[in-house]
Amino acid sequence: MTGPRLDIAIDGKRFDFLPEPLLERFDLVVEPSSVVALVGPSGVGKSTLLRMVGGIDTLFSGTVSVDGVAAAAAPPAGFVFQDARLLPWLTALDNIRAVRPQTTEQDAAEMLRRVGLAGFEHYFPHELSGGMQRRVALARAFSVNPRLLLLDEPFVSLDRTLVQEMEQVLFALIAASRPTVLLVTHLPEDAAMLADRAIVLSGRPARIAADYRFETPRGERSRTEREAIANRIAASVGAREPAQP
Amino acid sequence: MLFPSRLFPTPVDVGVHVWTLASSGKLLPDLGKTLTRASIAFVVAMALGTAIGIALGRSRVADRLFSAWVVVGLNVPAIVIAIVLYIWLGLTEFALILAVVLNKLPLVIATIREGVRSFDPAYDDLGRAFRMPFLRQLRLISVPQLMPFVLAAARTGLSLIWKIVLVFEVLGSDGGVGFRISVFFQFFDIKGIFAYTTAFILVVFVFEYLILRPLERRVLRWRQPR
Repeated sequence: MTGPRLDIAIDGKRFDFLPEPLLERFDLVVEPSSVVALVGPSGVGKSTLLRMVGGIDTLFSGTVSVDGVAAAAAPPAGFVFQDARLLPWLTALDNIRAVRPQTTEQDAAEMLRRVGLAGFEHYFPHELSGGMQRRVALARAFSVNPRLLLLDEPFVSLDRTLVQEMEQVLFALIAASRPTVLLVTHLPEDAAMLADRAIVLSGRPARIAADYRFETPRGERSRTEREAIANRIAASVGAREPAQP
Repeated sequence: MLFPSRLFPTPVDVGVHVWTLASSGKLLPDLGKTLTRASIAFVVAMALGTAIGIALGRSRVADRLFSAWVVVGLNVPAIVIAIVLYIWLGLTEFALILAVVLNKLPLVIATIREGVRSFDPAYDDLGRAFRMPFLRQLRLISVPQLMPFVLAAARTGLSLIWKIVLVFEVLGSDGGVGFRISVFFQFFDIKGIFAYTTAFILVVFVFEYLILRPLERRVLRWRQPR
């Protein structure tokens, strides 16, 4: 199984409250089964881009396609939001089944086991820690579409230990399913750890300020290599960071 | 005696009188009449109020058009609505129930409207991201968010209905707890008034502890205990 190819060709994306377009003549191709990190300062348009690929935001001119199908008409992607965004009135198991009725109880329980939450099927979100809630969100995303994952700052507000735990879970899932992954992050360290390619966005309208492809496969990078990659990305972000309004 | 027993009957006297009225008097038929009226008014007001509240919460235009009427409805004295309806429709069962519905309706509308306004838009994004069909979103996202408000409206509405049904029965009806209490009042029969009040409170307790609270516990069991 491989992930889909993403073709992004945006002519323009505006918000009424911004004087300039957020995106204009923005083109990007994401190869099947690659893990691409979108890195850049807050407000540059990373999450908006992800919402367009996920078919949530359809108010733009241009095309975003998933294996040649318009994003809004394509099968739903496995979307992980900045917060866990679990429905608090449903158990972990039911949260997974809520977004995809075809998922059986056994399938949902198996997904929970794969993210290390066996035995927590019938816990409500408030009974789980923040890290566990994020893992349920990851399991939900994978159960919806194991071929295409859209991760919007999935590690934000987690401490480093939990981030490392989550990264290990993600590593295992990605290795097993080989999905196409678009990872939005403002932390170069996350990109250095997980991505095959990092795209640095900057300016307004947002432009691709740097496009890095890493030779050493993820998971095989030494700590020194990861730090070097993170420093290169950080330098690109820092050099081009626009003044905040 | 400082307190004459005719005006201040003991709890035992009242208890015995409840039994007497229930076994040989009109207590049970009267309770039945009042409960029927209250139940019909409750169901109609909750159904209508929920539908209108959702519409006003969702549509700004509808809210601008009708919110002033909700304010009027919330503040017009209950007795005025009852008297006007009795004059227009006569001392009928329909007029009594309609008066109760119209008194409770604005409260339900206002509560449900606030509930809809408090919906978290993040969950709409969730529904869109995973392409959840409308009915599934309604069942799994909208209804659970609204339930605490529906229960609040039910609870406050029920307490309001118990009170106004009795007042409207005093004003014009041929039976029911309120009607009977007005008859006892004419004879200064305090024991009868207390007996009917006690029976009525028992019914309210049955509603509260056997229906409302278990329902509330079941529907809101996902909430973090405080």
